[in-house]
Amino acid sequence: MAKKTYVAAIKDALAEEMRRDSSVFLIGEDVRLGVFAGTRGLHAEFGDRRVIDTPISELAVAGAGVGAAITGLRPVVDLMFGTFLYLALDQIVQQAASARYMFGGQTRVPIVYMVQNGGGISAGAHHSQAVHPIFMNVPLLKVVMPSNPYDAKGLLKAAIRDDNPVIFLSPLSLTGVRGEVPDEEYVLPLGKGEIKRPGRDVTICSAGATVPAALKASQTLAVEGIEAEVIDLRTLKPWDEALVLESVAKTGRFVAVDESKPICGAASEWTATVAEKAFAYLKAPPQRVSGKDVASPFSPVLERAVIPSADDVVMAAKRTLLGAQEPIAQSHEARDSNQALVHGS
Amino acid sequence: MDNDKILDIYTRMLRIRRFEEQVGILFAQGQLPGFVHLYIGEEAIAAGVCAALRDDDYIVSTHRGHGHVIAKGGDFNRMMAELFGKATGYCKGKGGSMHIADFSIGMLGACGIVGGGIPLAVGAGLSAAYRGTDQVAVSFFGDGASNEGSFHESLNLAAVMKLPVIFVCENNRYGEFTPMEKVTAVRDIAVRATGYGIPGVIVDGTDALAVYDAAAAAVARARNGEGPTLIEAKTHRRGGHAEGEKAFLAGGVYRSQEELAEAQLKDPLLIMHRRMVAMHLIAPDVLEELDHRITQAVAEAVAFARRSPDPEPEAIYEDTWI
Ligand SMILES: Cc1ncc(C[n+]2csc(CCOP(=O)(O)OP(=O)(O)O)c2C)c(N)n1
Ligand SMILES: [Mg+2]
Repeated sequence: MAKKTYVAAIKDALAEEMRRDSSVFLIGEDVRLGVFAGTRGLHAEFGDRRVIDTPISELAVAGAGVGAAITGLRPVVDLMFGTFLYLALDQIVQQAASARYMFGGQTRVPIVYMVQNGGGISAGAHHSQAVHPIFMNVPLLKVVMPSNPYDAKGLLKAAIRDDNPVIFLSPLSLTGVRGEVPDEEYVLPLGKGEIKRPGRDVTICSAGATVPAALKASQTLAVEGIEAEVIDLRTLKPWDEALVLESVAKTGRFVAVDESKPICGAASEWTATVAEKAFAYLKAPPQRVSGKDVASPFSPVLERAVIPSADDVVMAAKRTLLGAQEPIAQSHEARDSNQALVHGS
Repeated sequence: MDNDKILDIYTRMLRIRRFEEQVGILFAQGQLPGFVHLYIGEEAIAAGVCAALRDDDYIVSTHRGHGHVIAKGGDFNRMMAELFGKATGYCKGKGGSMHIADFSIGMLGACGIVGGGIPLAVGAGLSAAYRGTDQVAVSFFGDGASNEGSFHESLNLAAVMKLPVIFVCENNRYGEFTPMEKVTAVRDIAVRATGYGIPGVIVDGTDALAVYDAAAAAVARARNGEGPTLIEAKTHRRGGHAEGEKAFLAGGVYRSQEELAEAQLKDPLLIMHRRMVAMHLIAPDVLEELDHRITQAVAEAVAFARRSPDPEPEAIYEDTWI
């Protein structure tokens, strides 16, 4: 097995799928040269017809992808940064996600939108947002956010083969991360999470960029005799509820960690489901660790303060072990001031 | 044009050049976080346009925005501190290179989203018309940005409302690593003005005085209530799309040597310098003295930025309603 970077794994997946199926093609800004290197070199093998550089016109490109998908092709649309999906949002939500259902099953929309998601490299407010909850909230989209090269390759291949529109998010902070990627062909199923580290005391649920923080936190906790079970969801929609609920049934404690914002963020969704479906197993209030509810600041000092850290996860896990519910009056106060809400969780 | 104006334009250009050169060095040394896109080679546009504006006029900028801030009268210290992410920066370290703004001089912000600033200039023009002032608003943007929907919607909106807006397309022939002819169906962005019923003017963007003249005419038109103009300034990006791109492209090449050489030849600063000396407008030693002072000011800005504190982590909740 070779060690590869995240972007190299993405390139492998694209090349394999393009070889396998001539209806798969790649389209986006500078995909030929490859801004994040995940598409670099593909043009040499597949040529102009299948590796298409576009104008800076996200809306048109996203929508043209839908048009191609409903007429027999399987486009992979590279929109570079997650925030550029905002420019394409109308076509993704209103056309890509809706067409199959709205037209009574007459069509399928096999399309993948590929971007770098989240912050962590001082790219500034316009380039550093964890956009996934927006897409989790869109009916009938699938949302994938792998945390390592192995998963990225297997899940991208599955996304390309899926007949539904998929948002494929690579964490911006992990593009250079290396990991084992087998040479043999493999495909990972969408919708299946993975236990990265088994443990009996507390379940820590994460995905994408926060998986490393969750794992680091579990090491710190282990030193203090606390065995955390770390879950990497890998796919955000559909997500592996069963895996999470089974884990909580075992540990009785739950911490959700995600870079997106607390209100309607991914961690909120996971926590709500645990509260709803595993309440009887909980020994303490579940805890969320989310990105602070402000825009992404440029300064590395400030950006670090906004993104969830391993220390934040350790503290949240300890709160579940203390088992003490904050007095309700204090919670009200917290909600009113709002600041405490984002500080405290 | 009087001599003072010419010297004024040249000074703005030189301030941009010396600042940007220093930023390039700092970035290569790994001293600046994030990304920077330099304005070197395009100075004549920001300088020529801003010299045709009043202090109370507005400009809206791009990801390649340092030159716009400086041309409008921005402060080196606060700019440099922002690029370092320091608390003393224009945006207290929250913005960085792609989000520099100075509202006190009508600089309404750089923008990380290509084409994202164009509608704001339309709104600033609308605001001026609404308030009954004769201010104008300038939108700077690239050739690549003119393929975004925001460009087209903004031109139509400004045209139909006859707003005091000047759309300045900085055509440096590239969007990132893609040459314009591969992604843009027309050779001249200016012809797109026709589709919105407004004047489209092409100007040599390496000739600061030509840019000034074109801008002055468009500004006069806008102040007169005659509506917007699209100016296309043809120029060259002397460096890469972003600093540090060589390492990141890993040997990938997207520009020919000839084209790069041409870009070096058409250096707007040299063109202006030669002309001023040839016209005996100003003695070479006076220009040298000016250069010295500007270089000094840039060095001071670096020192200021270095000795400035990082923001406190608690500052993440400042400038919010939280
Ligand atoms: C909406 C959006 N799409 C893509 C990008 C990535 N990007 C940053 S700069 C750039 C090229 C812009 O070209 P142009 O408008 O010609 O400006 P230039 O860089 O040449 O000054 C691109 C594609 C972006 N920042 N925003
Ligand atoms: Mg350009």
